[in-house]
Amino acid sequence: MSRPALLVGLTLAVVACGGGENPPAGQPSSTPTPAAGSALTGAGATFPDPIYKRWFLEYNRKTGVQINYQSIGSGGGIKQFTEGTVDFGATDGPMKEDQLAAVQGNVLHIPTVMGAVVLTYNLAAAGPTQLKLDGPTIADIFLGKITKWNDRRLVAANPGVSLPNQDIIVVHRSDGSGTSYIFTDYLSKISPEWKTKVGNANSVNWPAGLGGKGNEGVTQQVKQSDGAIGYVELIYAISNQLSYAQVKNSTGAFIVPSLASVTAAAASATFAPDTDFRVSITDAPGADAYPISSFTWLLVKPDMADEANGKSLKGYLDWMVTDEAQQMAAELHYAPLPAPVVALVKERINALKAAGKPIA
Amino acid sequence: MTEGLESTEVVSPVARLQGAATGDRIFRTLLTIAALAIPTLLGFLVYELWSGSRPAIAKFGTDFLTTSTWDPVADQFGALPLIFGTLLSSLIALVIAVPLSIGVAIFLTEFAPGPLRRPIGFIVELLAAIPSVVYGLWGIFFLIPLLRSSLFPFLRDTLGFLPLFQGTIYGNSMLAAGIILAIMIMPYIMSVTREVLASVPGSQREAALALGATRWEAAWTAVVPYARSGIVGAIILGLGRALGETMAVTMLIGNRHEIVASLFAPGYTMAAAIANEFTEASTDMHFAALAYVALVLFGVTVVVNALARLLIWKVSKGRASGGAGL
Repeated sequence: MSRPALLVGLTLAVVACGGGENPPAGQPSSTPTPAAGSALTGAGATFPDPIYKRWFLEYNRKTGVQINYQSIGSGGGIKQFTEGTVDFGATDGPMKEDQLAAVQGNVLHIPTVMGAVVLTYNLAAAGPTQLKLDGPTIADIFLGKITKWNDRRLVAANPGVSLPNQDIIVVHRSDGSGTSYIFTDYLSKISPEWKTKVGNANSVNWPAGLGGKGNEGVTQQVKQSDGAIGYVELIYAISNQLSYAQVKNSTGAFIVPSLASVTAAAASATFAPDTDFRVSITDAPGADAYPISSFTWLLVKPDMADEANGKSLKGYLDWMVTDEAQQMAAELHYAPLPAPVVALVKERINALKAAGKPIA
Repeated sequence: MTEGLESTEVVSPVARLQGAATGDRIFRTLLTIAALAIPTLLGFLVYELWSGSRPAIAKFGTDFLTTSTWDPVADQFGALPLIFGTLLSSLIALVIAVPLSIGVAIFLTEFAPGPLRRPIGFIVELLAAIPSVVYGLWGIFFLIPLLRSSLFPFLRDTLGFLPLFQGTIYGNSMLAAGIILAIMIMPYIMSVTREVLASVPGSQREAALALGATRWEAAWTAVVPYARSGIVGAIILGLGRALGETMAVTMLIGNRHEIVASLFAPGYTMAAAIANEFTEASTDMHFAALAYVALVLFGVTVVVNALARLLIWKVSKGRASGGAGL
C-alpha cells in the first residue's frame, strides 16, 4: 500500500469512528450507517415556530438527533404532510374531514402547546383600565354591526369606563393564519350569524375592517390608530406590551388572557379516551378558562414507513411531553399542556408503530 | 474548447477551418439554447399557472374577472377588486411620479450646475437599490402617520367634495400605497429619462436658442419632444414595476377585497393577495383561485406592455411628422 492510499484509509477510519452524520463518500453503501434516521424534517405552522426551534435545538444537544423545521404555515404543513415530503407536519387548525380522507385517515394529531388570541385595542379615552368584552359583542364588532365605541353593549360591560362616541376601526389579518382560524372558530361558536355569514378558516371573507399582514401588521395598525381593535396572539401581545381586553367566558366571568387561563381552558375540555385530539377548546366550560384558546398540533403517521425515522420521532415526542420540555414552553409564553392531556398524549405516542411493528 | 483550438494550430489550414467550424457550431448551439431558454421558461411559467388555475377557470370562468366576492370558506372567488386595486394604485403612482421624475431629469440635464448633476442623480438612483420591504417599513412607521396627520385631513378639507377624498381616514389605504409606489418607481423613470435627454443632440438645443428661445423653451419645445418615445419607454418601465410590486404595497394598502371610490379606503392588489394568502391557502379551490389571479396579473402585464409598445410606436411616428413643425 502506497503512503497516500494509507493516509486516505486512515482518514476514512477516523471519520467513520467520529460518527459524522454524513457517511464519508468512500464508504461502501451496504454498511449500515448508524446516523440514518437521525435527521428528521418537518414543516408547518408559524405560531409555534419559536418553541419548536428551541425544542429541536435542545433535543439535538441532548441526543444528536437533528430535526429541521420549516415554518411555512399550517396550510403548507398539511399539504406537505399529505404529500409525504416531510416526516411530520404541524398545524394550528386540525385537518378537516376531506383532508383526513386524502391521507386515508393515516394521521395522528399530537397537541404540543397551547396558544390564545387576544383582542388588542387602542382607545386613548378609555384610560388604562382593561376593557371587558363578551363574545356576541366581539362578533358584532367584527361583523361591522357595532361601529361606535359608546355602543350601549360596550358601555354596559364596562361600567366606570368613559367610552367615547368614536368610530371603531376593525383590523384583521390579511394573510391566512392559524390565529385567524382560532379567532373565527370562537366567533362561529358564539355567534350563529358569524357561522352562517363568515365561517371558520385560516382566511375568511371579512365583513368589516382592514387587513394587516402578520401579527406585526395588525399591531402596527392598532397602535397607530386611535379607536382601533384587532386580534393577535397572546405571546405577541405580551412581548410587545400591547393593551388587550378581558373576555367573558362560558360561565359568565371576564377572564384576563394568560398562560394559566389558557391551560385552564384545555384542562376543562373533556377528552374521550379514544380522542383523536382534533378538539377545539375555544369557549371551553372551565370557570377560569380563557375562551379564545387553542392547541397547536404536530401531524405524525401512526404507522411510519421508515423504522429508523420512526424511532427517532418517537424518541423526540416522548421527550417533548416531559416536564422539562413543557417548562421551556412556559418560558417562551406558550401555555403548557395540562396533566390529563399529557397522560393521554403519552398513551398515544406509545402506540406509534414503524413498519407495522411497535417501536421499542 | 480551448483544447480544440490549440491542437488545430499545428495541422493543415483545411483541418483548421474545420476545427473552427466545429467551434462555431458549438458556440452557435450554446447561444441558441440560451436564446430558447427564455421563451421556454416563459412557456413553462404560463403552463404552470394555467394548469394550477384550471379548477378555478372551470368553476368561475370569466365571472372571476367581474365579480367581487372573495370567500375562502365558501370557495367563492372573484378578483375584480384585486384587478381594480392593481390598476388604480399604479395609476396613482404614475400621476405622482411622472411629473416629478421627468422634472428632475430635465433639471439634471438642462439646468443643474455641473457639480450638482452627479450627486443628485446618484441619490435618486440609490432609491432604486432599497429593498421593497424597507420601503414598507418606512411607510408603516413614517409615511402613514405623516399622511394620517397632515396630507389626508388636508385633502379631505379642501377636496372633500370629490368622492375620492371622503370617508374615514385609516392611514393604510389605496392612496398610501400609490404614494409609496410613486417613490419606488421614480428612480427608474428619472434615470432612464435622464439618459434619453442627455442623448438628445446638442444641435437641437442650439437651434432653439439661436431662434431666441429661453432655456426653458428650448428644453420644453426642442429637447423633450425629441426624446418623447424614450420618455414613454421610461414611464412604461416604471409602470411595469408598479404593477408587480408586492411587499411594500401589502404593508400599506390595507388589504381589503372591496372597490370603494374613496382613496382613503383600504384596497387590495393582485400581487399582494397572492403574497398574503398563498402560504395558507387551505382548500384546493383557494389555491387555484390564487393561481388564476397570478395568471390574470401576467395577462394584465402583457396587455400593458403591448399597449406601451403601441404608444411608443405612435409617439415616434408622431415625432416624424411633428418634427417638421419645429
